[in-house]
Amino acid sequence: MTKQHVTASVNGDATEFLCDAGDTLLSVLRDDLNLTGAKEGCGSGDCGACSVTMNGRLVCSCLVLAVEAEGAEITTIEGMAEGEVLHPLQRKFIEHAALQCGICTPGILVAAKSLLEKNPNPTEVEVRYWLAGNLCRCTGYDKIINAVMDAAAEMRGA
Amino acid sequence: MALDQDQKRDFKIIGTRPLRPDGIDKVTGRAQYGADQSAPGMLWAKMLRSPHAHAKILSIDTSAADALPGVKAIITAADFGDMRKGEAMNVRDHIIAKDKALYDGHGVAAVAATSETVAKAALKLIKVDYEVLPHVTEIQAAMDPAAPVVNAGFVEENAPKGYSENVISAYDFGHGDLKAGFAKADKIVSRTLKTAATHQGYIEPHACLASLGADGRGELWCCTQGQFYIRELCASILGIEESQLRVTASEIGGGFGGKTTAFIEPVALALSRKAGHPVKMVLDREEVFKASGPTVSSEIDVKIGMTKDGRITAGEAELRYQGGAFPNMTNWLGAQCAFAAYDLEAVRANAINVLTNRPKQAAYRAPGAPMAIYAVEAVVDELCIEFGLDPLDVRLKNAARKGTKASYGPTFDDIGLVATLEAAKAHPHYNTPLGENQGRGLSCGFWFNFGGNTSVSMNINFDGTVSVTEGNPDIGGSRASISMMAAEELGIPYEKVRTIVADTNSIGQNDVTDGSRVTFAVGLATIKAARGAIKEMCKRAAQTWGIDEDAVVWEDGHAKPAGPNAGGFEPLSLAKIARKSPNTGGPISGHHEVNAEGAGVSFGVHLVDVEVDKETGFTKVLRYTVFQDAGKAIHPDYVEGQMQGGAVQGIGWALNEEYIYGEDGKLQNAGFLDYRVPVASDLPKIDTVILEIPNPGHPYGVRGVGETSIVPPLAAISNAVSHCIGVRMDELPMSPPRILKAIKNAGD
Repeated sequence: MTKQHVTASVNGDATEFLCDAGDTLLSVLRDDLNLTGAKEGCGSGDCGACSVTMNGRLVCSCLVLAVEAEGAEITTIEGMAEGEVLHPLQRKFIEHAALQCGICTPGILVAAKSLLEKNPNPTEVEVRYWLAGNLCRCTGYDKIINAVMDAAAEMRGA
Repeated sequence: MALDQDQKRDFKIIGTRPLRPDGIDKVTGRAQYGADQSAPGMLWAKMLRSPHAHAKILSIDTSAADALPGVKAIITAADFGDMRKGEAMNVRDHIIAKDKALYDGHGVAAVAATSETVAKAALKLIKVDYEVLPHVTEIQAAMDPAAPVVNAGFVEENAPKGYSENVISAYDFGHGDLKAGFAKADKIVSRTLKTAATHQGYIEPHACLASLGADGRGELWCCTQGQFYIRELCASILGIEESQLRVTASEIGGGFGGKTTAFIEPVALALSRKAGHPVKMVLDREEVFKASGPTVSSEIDVKIGMTKDGRITAGEAELRYQGGAFPNMTNWLGAQCAFAAYDLEAVRANAINVLTNRPKQAAYRAPGAPMAIYAVEAVVDELCIEFGLDPLDVRLKNAARKGTKASYGPTFDDIGLVATLEAAKAHPHYNTPLGENQGRGLSCGFWFNFGGNTSVSMNINFDGTVSVTEGNPDIGGSRASISMMAAEELGIPYEKVRTIVADTNSIGQNDVTDGSRVTFAVGLATIKAARGAIKEMCKRAAQTWGIDEDAVVWEDGHAKPAGPNAGGFEPLSLAKIARKSPNTGGPISGHHEVNAEGAGVSFGVHLVDVEVDKETGFTKVLRYTVFQDAGKAIHPDYVEGQMQGGAVQGIGWALNEEYIYGEDGKLQNAGFLDYRVPVASDLPKIDTVILEIPNPGHPYGVRGVGETSIVPPLAAISNAVSHCIGVRMDELPMSPPRILKAIKNAGD
């Protein structure tokens, strides 16, 4: 099968890759671009562990074909910190012990960042509904919600 | 090793909440999990699975798949040699079917190819000729003397007679005169309760990267709760020597017991050996549901007698557990846990294990306990209502305490059940009025906890920092706790310690991360290792000062002369002793190896308020509080995390989660869309109250906390829903259709 050529921006870097027409964006990120921060928890868009943004929109990268990324701006967990400076969400997740095993953490961070870009001052209920597409089996979500609320407050300068 | 009675424990670090050492890796995507490693020349493996619940495998033709370009190796059960009967053989036969497929999803053949796409295409070219056999997936049907025999040859001597060969074992615990006990009761309630099989639901599917040479030397990277046990299983299944197989545990994306055994690793190693290449194997979510985990499903008959003032006079339970097509010990555990929270004169619990055409059950957080205690706590609740008694008062009246002969044999030492119940009673949650269509429920929970084989090594580095090497995968923040205990004991800052989880060839043998054992047993070994290092550092100081070793004490990270008679020497810090160590005898280290005993049991009590929509049957959890005895909470954030996480898994078990098998014996809901685990919007805050009743078996008093928390939610929510709708619920999960049916039946 002939490979497809795709040009995209990944975490701000111009990136080219070859993929099969049936490859998902997730498999290209992980297996071809070595960006293994996005995880495959289900492959069906139910768990959110593969969350990335595409042109600013939160997506499950397991449900996006790699060829759909042509010309798109993709941001993954690897693009969240600036050098050694963590994003406030990342810092607050560590401070609030909002992770145990950490497998869902990259997806939840990407999703939470996406929420705060749209709604800098969410209620707890809004955070819970926004993150309802991201499964965490370890924490019961409690400390995750606290971390997101605290990060939002800090980012608002509250 | 006993609790330090002789030392005042003014902890400096224990009980604080420092940042976890793996935090940055895990928030930046840098942490490497099972599926995140690759190797040059790597192949991809996929497994062909049986579409039948029960079928004889007449033939497997792999010739067309072999011919597909890119296919490098194909294996079937025939590629594995003879082996001794036992658990390793059961694990192997559960992974890949020998002559019969025993469940929907049972592995039949595996392919290694140059890409996942080619491997998947090859699976379609493998021709398997099946003779479909009658199947059985439910407990009662499997017990019937006329039932199809699932997997012959496992019946133990203690198995009850009069049933099919699927009923393979029974375990009986208890004491006292039941007949006399029931005769003293003012009321006896008997009820049968059922729970569905649930899955651990870790977000990371099983994954590994295997490399095995023809000379029997190999490397295995995998997500596991126990690299040593994986090594033992794989070496045994593949007929290689343990010393030659180095197993490295990746970061682990959840386990909850489900990663205590092997599901893919022996297959990946066998493919690697045959193909002569490294092989990566990653399950997809459907495979995780169909062919790993789940827990047992159960039917439990409970009979409890109570006097009108709330004293339980006798308790009896008959438990029937099915755990798939292979034996397990979950019935043995369940029978012991059922009445563990109570101080009873007459008690008996008997549990049988039934084989069915389902995947082999795997441990799931306090295996066997949630369903057993659910059944008992539901009946106790019913008796409380009968007599109009406060359910916490009744539990306090009957609570197991120090000196109680436990229903499963031993006599309890210091335990925290009474303190936990009293904390619940005093909490505002218990005294807040409920609204309309709301109900409150509670339940006790219990888990034994475990110690086990543990080995820890500690290096006092020349620069004054400390490296701790241990062998238990960190599943919930244990590296932080271990570093804290090392720092506390040595008297140095937490930041000066780094703890790593080593591979099988870099540290002594360690049992699996299970039984809530790590903070207890690895912590204990770390403290002992530190004490060994301290002894050596005192010796070096004594040598430097030219005084007797016994005249040196260790305080606040310094060696000091024991008193004025020892001499007026300036204290020597750990860093100074470390720096000089090349000149005082060489590197300083501490290590400790132990098969740890004395893991203190942990009790908990959960309080929950729910609201049931009587038109839809939907239950909303409004408020939830967990009370649990942690012995000593080393890092309270991660103790709370265990309490919250277990509670939420239990909420899922109570309300949504279940394995649903069709008439055809196939799993109907092998995905997160149809097997619904709790999401953030389903839940309220999960409040926590940590009690600290020190465990006499640990130097700081630690009890394991990981498992007890999944036990109480089942009955607590069932009791709350029952109060709310005025009908006793007796089956889990309490999905909306079941609640509607219960309301309707009560109205008819």
